[in-house]
Amino acid sequence: MTDRTYGTRLPRMPEEALVGKLIVVEGADGSGRTTEVTMLREWLEVEGHAVVDTGLRRSDLVSEEIDRAKQGHTLASTTMALLYAADFADQLENKIVPALAAGSTVLADRYIYTLMARAIVRGASREYARHLYGFAVRPDLIIFLRARPEILLHRSIGKYGSLDYWESGMDLCLSRDLFESFFLYQDLLSKEFDWMATEYGFEYVDANRMPEQVHQDVQRLVAPLYGARFVAPRRSPRRPPRAVSGVPRRAASA
Amino acid sequence: MPDTPSPNHGFPGRLLVFEGLDGSGKSTQADLLGKWLQSKGYRVFFTEWNSSELVSSTIRRGKKKGLLTPTTFSLLHAVDFADRFERKILPPLRAGYLVVCDRYAYTAFVRDAARGCDPDWVRTIYSFAPRPDRVFYFRVPVAVTLRRKLASRLKMNYYEAGMDLELSDDLVESYTRFQGRLKREYERLSTVDGFRVVDATRSVEAIQAELRADLKPLLVKFPTVERLTHDR
Repeated sequence: MTDRTYGTRLPRMPEEALVGKLIVVEGADGSGRTTEVTMLREWLEVEGHAVVDTGLRRSDLVSEEIDRAKQGHTLASTTMALLYAADFADQLENKIVPALAAGSTVLADRYIYTLMARAIVRGASREYARHLYGFAVRPDLIIFLRARPEILLHRSIGKYGSLDYWESGMDLCLSRDLFESFFLYQDLLSKEFDWMATEYGFEYVDANRMPEQVHQDVQRLVAPLYGARFVAPRRSPRRPPRAVSGVPRRAASA
Repeated sequence: MPDTPSPNHGFPGRLLVFEGLDGSGKSTQADLLGKWLQSKGYRVFFTEWNSSELVSSTIRRGKKKGLLTPTTFSLLHAVDFADRFERKILPPLRAGYLVVCDRYAYTAFVRDAARGCDPDWVRTIYSFAPRPDRVFYFRVPVAVTLRRKLASRLKMNYYEAGMDLELSDDLVESYTRFQGRLKREYERLSTVDGFRVVDATRSVEAIQAELRADLKPLLVKFPTVERLTHDR
């Protein structure tokens, strides 16, 4: 059964059709991805859909090895890419596929695209990455939250007080300066996301805005999957407060 | 001229691979061949499948709990092989050693195919592994490996018998059927990948003599340690 995957047969695919919806939310750290996933889940449940959420590196199988490898930074890029793929496959087969077969909506906080982009900027070829993840189930919708690097930077600083070593691609030795490395790394990643956007059909959502605005765009994209049309609630006449220095804040406008 | 690059992978070393079913005698032969090559003054490096520490605990744990699916089984072994390749195979190959591998990517090709993974997909994920200079395939009937296995009283393990595939509830029956699948796949690859087929039902000595004779032409221009020291 290859029509539900990206071309590679997944052994032991259940007999029943995968009737549930697979919705993927992609975006860099600081794009508001996790906030949006939470809001989307809430809304879908209110609408009466059973939701299972999933993210990267949450399986029991190899997460320990990944943590260990990250601490040592010793693994070659191919080895690391395969380790992530094993972790993804574990979640796909043990969590995502059964949930879809049971008719649930699976909400994925990042999916193979992030894993592919990371592997490619670390030396894997696009072809290799694409084939490696050929067994992944095709999502019904891929939402990509796109925010300018400056916004990502501000949000990251606002949230953690600094930049994350891995999200800045420091292991790539692009620059010894954390900030410079961050911009170079995000630039490399977005080049990969660009070709994937066409190849895999991403729906870009402008994530430079407030969470509510982003959420409305997302709702508009998601509603048709359930044969519905999303009508945005009437705006309150008052202007929502502006974000202070780019830090996202849940607008308390209501 | 020392260090003529291999036409297969471009590195100065040479990659010699031993493949075949468990109990085909390939490890014994690889070992003997390595000793002989060393005695001839060549720089030899020996490596076995599944020797990396990285994920072996995960594989063991996963196997014990029955957590592994064909895909995760395949990917974890690929992780292990990639790590082994990066650390144990590539460096001596680049340094000009004769690298003797007891099993190589072909082991994954046959096992994963027997478990139902897409063969093209498996090939692709191992595309980082270069083509060896020689692959010796130890051809032996499954019944012979079973007899050797039972005679040695080695415990037959769950995955080796392909019990995860539920071919049969009986261990021996499952083993026979699973190893039969592996053998069919090996036979198919032996044509596709140009294996040197070794009739492994003969005596240890006869097989070893054949391997040594076979390698001679490949070693004609290959430098021994002595020659290297004199050259420099």
